[in-house]
Amino acid sequence: MQIKTFLGAMASTAALSTGAYAQTEIQWWHAHSGRLGELVDEIASGFNDTQSEYVVVPSHKGNYSETLNAGIAAFRAGEQPHLLQVFEVGTATMMAAQGATKPVYAMMEESGAEWDPDAYIGAVKGYYTTTDGEMLSMPFNSSTPVLWVNRDAFEAAGLDPDMDLSTWQQVGEALDALKQAGSTCPLTTAWQSWIHLENLSAYHNVPFATQENGFAGLDTELALNGPVQVAHIEAMGQWARDGKFIYNGRRNEGGANFRAGECALFTESSAGYAGIKSEAEFDFDVRPLPYWDGIDGAPQNTIIGGASLWVMEGHDDAEYEGVAQFLNFLSSPEVQAKWHQDTGYLPVTVAAGELTREQGFYEANPGTDIAVIQMTANEPTANSKGLRLGSFDQIRGIIDEELEAVWAGDKDAQTALDSAVERGNQLLRRFQQANQ
Amino acid sequence: MLPILLLLPQIVITAVFFFYPAGQAVWQSLFIPDPFGLKSQFVGLGNFEYLLGDPYYRASFVTTAIFSGLVTLVSMGMALYLALLADRLIKGAGTYRTLLIWPYAVAPAVAGVLWLFMFNTRVGVVSWYLGLLGYDWNHVLNEGEAMGLVVAASSWGRVSYNFLFFLAGLQAIPRSVIEAAAIDGAHFWTRFRTIVFPLLSPTTFFLLVVNVVYAFFETFGVIHTITSGGPQQATTILVYKVYKDGFVGQDLGGSAAQSVILLFVVGLLTIVQFKFIERRVHY
Repeated sequence: MQIKTFLGAMASTAALSTGAYAQTEIQWWHAHSGRLGELVDEIASGFNDTQSEYVVVPSHKGNYSETLNAGIAAFRAGEQPHLLQVFEVGTATMMAAQGATKPVYAMMEESGAEWDPDAYIGAVKGYYTTTDGEMLSMPFNSSTPVLWVNRDAFEAAGLDPDMDLSTWQQVGEALDALKQAGSTCPLTTAWQSWIHLENLSAYHNVPFATQENGFAGLDTELALNGPVQVAHIEAMGQWARDGKFIYNGRRNEGGANFRAGECALFTESSAGYAGIKSEAEFDFDVRPLPYWDGIDGAPQNTIIGGASLWVMEGHDDAEYEGVAQFLNFLSSPEVQAKWHQDTGYLPVTVAAGELTREQGFYEANPGTDIAVIQMTANEPTANSKGLRLGSFDQIRGIIDEELEAVWAGDKDAQTALDSAVERGNQLLRRFQQANQ
Repeated sequence: MLPILLLLPQIVITAVFFFYPAGQAVWQSLFIPDPFGLKSQFVGLGNFEYLLGDPYYRASFVTTAIFSGLVTLVSMGMALYLALLADRLIKGAGTYRTLLIWPYAVAPAVAGVLWLFMFNTRVGVVSWYLGLLGYDWNHVLNEGEAMGLVVAASSWGRVSYNFLFFLAGLQAIPRSVIEAAAIDGAHFWTRFRTIVFPLLSPTTFFLLVVNVVYAFFETFGVIHTITSGGPQQATTILVYKVYKDGFVGQDLGGSAAQSVILLFVVGLLTIVQFKFIERRVHY
């Protein structure tokens, strides 16, 4: 009986796959699991329903690093997908791989699709565009860090939950009061390197690395040990030693503490929205990422995190036409607006943002537009359009290690950041050597 | 002809699954390739020079030595102790044995998650009790605690495996020898030191070799799930660094060079073990 069922299942699978074979398949490898994975599937089936020539097949390949590895291994074996989702820190790796990837602008031109690169939000587009203005990959999910506030915790500490928290000086005062009132976790963070060094640098308009943060050449060197960064990490280190900043881990481990109501303040991606909204049993608030008062040019704009879609080389022209159609569908205001509202990721096109506003989403969900405003408030400068560094995933690992030394009180901020620069530069030189 | 024919399957398997990949690693370690395999530069021993000049890589040797030493010591010590107790059981020996062997069935990554859950700084049961006792457990920042945790998690499943061998070894020791010693007035500890432990030495030696190899290569899952090599680099053992540089950093040349170094280290260790420790083993 069981064998029969199994054979039956096999037969029907075979029938289905031959049925689909008449259409051109477009493989899309991505790193979204859980609810986000379902939403990705919805987008694909939405596209598949609009036409009958192509079928987009999304496959989950693990986390961002694993997906990138899967794509690289597949390319070496000649089995690469059409579309590969690569996180923002993998951008330099993909860019250097000329011959493995097909720039999006070129593919769009060749396939004759109607396409306007200016439709995309500048701060998002800039991250994936060369200094000559050529867009290399398609922005998909982008977020930016914001400050999450547990209003109940503020009230419990006798603070006004509506108090101004625009600057770190004001946050510092709030932390003093929270600590004094007995809070066990006044402040925690996710993604420390991304928020407290990469975004900190952009937000205060100081370089994170030389050569326009790596945009202008492979011979870039880290510059994250400047006075602004050192002062910030020193302050955070002091808060850590005083029990005002609680470190929970390198990724978003701190999210569990915030959502459970233990932490009063939390610096995390705007895409933390879905999780916080569904789990938090307290009143919460979104605020712009704080900046240090008294620093020239702050607040500039924050930079994005997240991922873009890279088109891989080695497929037929007919298939690329399908890819172009799908990317256009993906960037349409309706699809983007829904994705933005469901996930807390930024709308990657201006039109999607406007549509969301027209639909009344921001009024119904106060604070959800803060990330968009914070990113688009100023025209990005050379210091704030993004980062393009080789081996960046690993450099972040080094930064994590050095920051942990500061939080643990083993090193002072200057020593730790100097060491991060020195170690990171070694990796940059190796990357340069491998890709020259 | 027949002997060669009979050996052939083993030789083929070794060639395909060991010599070929090991040869590839040696070859790759001489290059700095780009991740996609589009271009590659010959650098000779450049990768090795780079690695051995890196103080963090050298520190990883010390971390690995401490980690492997502790895992071997803890897992073998615990196993021997439990085996001695189980050997003296009169009732319910089968039940105890089964329960003690159980953890071996748990995969390292799963074991890692279990231990992480118990010691999680926020929701962990153990860290909560430690908090009640006034001890603030935080393996996310405290290097010693992180090392202790990965050693405990790695040793835990291994105790079962070692227990099995120690118990079999103990039961292979003729009762008459022990009884004769007892009649001569030797106490338990004297009997253990002068009779049981020396007779157990082939088992102990075998387990020593196997456990060191285990600690070197098979603990990846535990490290990856619990600490990812941190805090700072406190638990970055050599194998974990191979993974990090190769699969996170896409530095395939450097990663291959590390595998080659690792191959030598383990070869060397095995030679040392057989040359110096095996002399003291009584078969």
